[in-house]
Parts: sequence; structure tokens; C-alpha cells
Amino acid sequence: MDWRRLGFIAMIILALIAVVVLVGGSEVDPAVIVVSMLATTIAVATPLTLGALSGIYCERAGVVNIGIEGMMLASAFFGWFGAVYVNTILEMAPLPSLLVGVFAAVLTGGLLGLLHAVLSVTYKVDQIIGGTVINILAIGVSGFLNRQLFFEKGSIFGGQVPHAPGVLPRFGVPFLSDIPVVGRIFEQQPIAVSAVLLVALTHFILFNTRWGLRTRAVGEHPRAADTVGINVYFMRYANVIIGGMIAGLGGAYFTLESVPSFEPLMTNGRGFIALAAMIFGNWSPFGSWAAALVFGVAQALQINLQFFRDQIPDQWAFLQQAYVVGLIPYLLTMVILTGIIGKTTPPAADGVPYEK
Amino acid sequence: MHISAEDKTGKSWRSVANTVLLPFLAVFTALVLGALIILAAGGNPIAAYRGLYEGAFGSPSALSETTVWATPYIFAGLAVALAFKGGLFNIGAEGQLALGAVASAWMGYGLLERGIELPTLIHLPLTIGAGMLAGAIWGAIPGWLKARTGGHEVINTIMMNYIALNVTSFLLNGPMKDPNPLNVVARTPRIAESARIPQILPGLRFHWGFPLALLVAGGIWWFLQKTTWGFEIRTTGANPDAAQYAGISVTRMIVLTMTLSGVLAGLAGAIEVTGLNYRHELGFSVGYGFDAIAIALLGKTHPLGVVLSALLWGAMRNGATRMQFLTQIPVDVISVIQSLILLLVAADAIIRWLYRIRAEEEKLVLTRGWG
Repeated sequence: MDWRRLGFIAMIILALIAVVVLVGGSEVDPAVIVVSMLATTIAVATPLTLGALSGIYCERAGVVNIGIEGMMLASAFFGWFGAVYVNTILEMAPLPSLLVGVFAAVLTGGLLGLLHAVLSVTYKVDQIIGGTVINILAIGVSGFLNRQLFFEKGSIFGGQVPHAPGVLPRFGVPFLSDIPVVGRIFEQQPIAVSAVLLVALTHFILFNTRWGLRTRAVGEHPRAADTVGINVYFMRYANVIIGGMIAGLGGAYFTLESVPSFEPLMTNGRGFIALAAMIFGNWSPFGSWAAALVFGVAQALQINLQFFRDQIPDQWAFLQQAYVVGLIPYLLTMVILTGIIGKTTPPAADGVPYEK
Repeated sequence: MHISAEDKTGKSWRSVANTVLLPFLAVFTALVLGALIILAAGGNPIAAYRGLYEGAFGSPSALSETTVWATPYIFAGLAVALAFKGGLFNIGAEGQLALGAVASAWMGYGLLERGIELPTLIHLPLTIGAGMLAGAIWGAIPGWLKARTGGHEVINTIMMNYIALNVTSFLLNGPMKDPNPLNVVARTPRIAESARIPQILPGLRFHWGFPLALLVAGGIWWFLQKTTWGFEIRTTGANPDAAQYAGISVTRMIVLTMTLSGVLAGLAGAIEVTGLNYRHELGFSVGYGFDAIAIALLGKTHPLGVVLSALLWGAMRNGATRMQFLTQIPVDVISVIQSLILLLVAADAIIRWLYRIRAEEEKLVLTRGWG
């Protein structure tokens, strides 16, 4: 990640935090606002961070994955279903139920990753088409099963939306959350914390392990990798499945950590924005995380402005409408893709099926 | 993708047979899998499919409704197919369609509100034209970005979809909201009589939009096969480097392709407003973008294929209501069957393996990585 892009990221994050301080600074201590904005940013950036990491595993191995959106949507549904099922039918306690839900979500993501690998590695289907198929399949299946399992009269939950097991509880990261004032940033829910840990772990795996070297080799020059005895197909399968599982964890965020319910289409393009974050971060874990935080701060702005509704002068009131602030991530994505804030380079064999 | 010299040999006969046979087998296999899903959901697949058939083709009104459903699918499917021919993946048909519908609705009711009365002969083309223009702009932007900056059209068209959704929901909840005091829905007022496409048969919703869609499909085929621009678009799609080398301006072709694709998607929205709903309502356009992709792929990006696939899609959506009424299987099962069709069309190797069909030598190139 070069300084130009890092500077751009820092600027946007500071500017958007400044907006909230300007609006609400007279009501609430600015330090509290800054800390709360940062805490919200990290939390809401979670699916983007995980989506970007998912993309990194796939694309570093040479497989384009635009099916992350669908993987997240399907995982959000099956994670939710799993948690509700063990909670209400098997009468498991809420917390273990939620963990079962997370497991179900990760499993769903892994299976869709397997499907994507079968399509793109074995059958050499155009990878962008393959990803689109997964997106459409996820919309169809989650919509159908949501209706069939939760809303039909004869369904297992008796036709009424069951009592929710709630969401994963917030906890303080040891030591860090004890720091005065800024400690609040480190009080997060488990998936948000694991996303940040996975960023560091992915960086370590990619650049400091044999596995990472092999992954990058099959993504940059599969022929050369094959020649030195690396199994290209195996590496691609494994990384796409890992990517799917990480997208699955991102899906779990929606129904098990953010809100305790499932709605059709609830991922709302986050899987695609995650891809933009990955591209902006130049296919590197920390860079992509930084980019994900930019999108996160835009959403945090929208959430935090709600608290200061009365402070906003009338002529700026339209800004707090969801469809004005809500545009920022999408416009930002398009600006970033133009490359005016620095060009990025995908892995050389990204999107190219390997023929033995 | 191959050009005429080969077309008379036996090899290309097999490829023609394959182009027709594979989608057919994909649909068949998806319906079999769908039957298993219906069984698993506790339904009777035979009764369900009978209901589906009756609902789609069983009576004159069912047939009429099937064409009504198929009309926007044809336009939107052609939009995606045309972009594929030019080597571009337009996932943005949904946004282009929505803004086309908004622009048409605005032209349809807005003039009358300002006291301008026009004869149908002027007002209707103006209304449809507004929708086409809005679609063109929404398609041209990602095209221009791709040509000038390399920003990938797949992500940009998706972003444009979400922006269109936000813009539409702002307009339909605010400046363009139907002022009728009884209205609580995000929708525009009804368009003027002079901006409506006339009905063909009394009592049926069948309208001139459907014949127009067939005409446009023919026009697109003619455009792609018989005109210089069409040839340049196809060449750019098949091999941009060769096109550049042959003196075709690839950047211009990319912008042109995306603009025309947007026009077709915008037309889908405009015809829905002027021919059927006489207004635009929020949420009406959701799902058309992905359906259009599926239809273009099932039709192998050929205009005739697109028309047939759009009819199938329309028939399934239309018949699903009757199926649900007769067998209590939720209409959403159709979405699952349709995504299975798409899966099997995209991964035709699965179908080849299932039915032991030999592979073609040449493959249709649709997209290439992040390029």
C-alpha cells in the first residue's frame, strides 16, 4: 500500500469523523464522538473486511470471486436458521445456539466456495459468470427457504417467526479495553474481533509461510508452479474453499451479530463493495482492511448522525436521509476503481483457468 | 462466434445442434431437480407443474399474461446479450431499467401537470424516448469509465444499480410522489392518456410492447450481423487486440456497446410504464437485472435465443401464481429452478457429462478477469 492511497484513506476517515464532531460537538464531548465513530467504523466494516479477505484468498490463487455477495447472503440465512433451529427446537441455550449458527454459516460459505471451485477450476466456467450464478442461486435459495421454513403454516416453526436467540454479545478485548476513553474502541462483538485477527493472520500466511508462497505462485504463474511440483488445482480448490468460509463468517455478521433476523437481499451489495476494497488495497490484507474502514466510516457517519438529528441545521437536513449518505460507499467505490488514487495490479493469472 | 465460411460444414451443424440442445437439456434437468425440491417441501410435483403450465398457457388470458411478463425480459435480456457480444458484462440492467421507468413516468405525467397537452403521436414517442435516454446515460457512464480508466464494468454497473435504487427511492418518496392523499406507496402519479401505448385486445393486458419487443430483437440481430457498427462491436468482443490492430477504436466501441445496452434496458422500463402500469412504483424493477443475465446466457446471447428464454421466464413467473394457488408451493420455488437453469447453462460441462455430449472445439468468450 503506497503513501498516496494511505493518505487518502486517512483523509476520508478524518473528514467524516470531523463532520460528526462539527454537528454534535456542542452536545457531547468531541473525544467521546471520535471514539464512538471509530468503534462503530470497525464494527460495521466487519463484513467488508471479511469479504475482502475472502477475495484475497481466491484471487491470490488465481480465481476471481464475484460470488462473495451471494456466499454472504446464503451464509447469513443458514447461520440464522441454524441458530434458531437449535435454540427453539433443540432448546439449546442462546450463546451456544449462536455459535452453532456461526458454524453453519462458515460451513455454507465453504460449500459455496467448493461449488465455485468446481465451476471455475474443474469445469473452467468463465469465473465472473460462475460468481454471478452463485449470487443468483443464493438469492433464490435463501428467499425460497426463508418463506418455506419461517412463514409457511406447516413449517417446523409453526408458521410464526420464532423467538430469536439474540446476537453475539459484546466483550472487552483484555487489557486494551481497560485504557481510559479509547478503551471503548476495543469493546466489540466476536466476529468483528476475529475479522481484525484474520487480517493479521492472512498477512502472515500469505507472506511468511510455505502455503502462502504456493498460493501466490499458482496465482501469478501457475505453469511455473506446476513445473516445480505444486498441485495447481489443489491449491486453487483449497484457497477458494477457505475464501468461501471467510465469506461465510462475514455472512454470519449480518444475522448473528448485527441484527437478530434475516431479510431477503439483506447483504445489500456489501460483497461487491468488499471486492472494491480488495482492489483498492492492492490484494493485500492490511491494505484491504484500511479500504474497508473507509467504507465503514461512511456507514458510521450515517448511524452517528441519527443521534444528533436536532443539531443539524435545516439546510443540511437532507444529508441525513439514508439515500444521500447511503450513496457515499457506492460513489467512493466507483472513484476508487478509476485508479485516480493510484493504480493497482491484480495477480497475473487472476481469472485465467489453468489447463494442464 | 465463427464467421460464415465454416457454416456449411458438418462440424458447424453439430455446434448448432449443441447450441440448441444444451440449453434445452439444462432447462429439463433443472425442472427435474425442481420436482425433487417440491417433493422435499411436501408438495406434488406433477400437480405443481400442471398448475404452472395452466397458469402460463392454459387460457387466452394466461397466454396474454405470459407475453406481458416476457416483454421487459426480452428488452432487458437483449441489453445484457448485446453487451456480451461486445465483450462486456452489464450487470446494471436493473438500474438502467429503473431510471428508464422513472424518466418515462416523469415525461408521461409531468407535461400535463405543467399544462402542456400533446397528441399521442408526439407524447408517446417522447415518453418512451425519455426512458431510453435515461437508460443510455446510466449505461454510458460505466462504459466510459471502462474505456477511459479501466474501472471494471462489473463492479461499476453494480454500484450504479445501488445508486439508481437510492435516487429512485428519493424521487418516488419526494418530488415525484403521487400527491393523491390516499396514496401511501412510493410511486408516481398516473401518466397522461396521450402517453399510453394502446391496448390490442379488449379485456386482456396484452399490449403493443410485446410485438415491439420482437421487432427490436429482429433489429438487434440485423444490427449485429449486417451493419459495420455491429461487426465492430462483435470484433471488439471477440478479440479487442485484433480489433485495435484492424483500426477499430476499442474505447469508442466500449462506450457505444454500453450505451446501446443501456438504451435497451431503459426501453424495458419505458414500455412497462407506457404499456402496462401507466406509472412507476418503487420495487417494481427489483430482480430484473439478474433475470436479464440468466435470460441472455440461456439464449446464448442470440436475439432469437433471448426471445425464447424470455418467454420461458415469463411463462414460469406467470404460471407460478396458479401453481401456488393450486398446490400451496410458494412462488419462490421458481427462483430456485431458474437459478438452477442458469447454473446448468453456465456450467454446460455438467450437462455434457450427464448426457454424454461431445464438446465443441470453440468456446464463446464472454468476459475476461479484471482486465
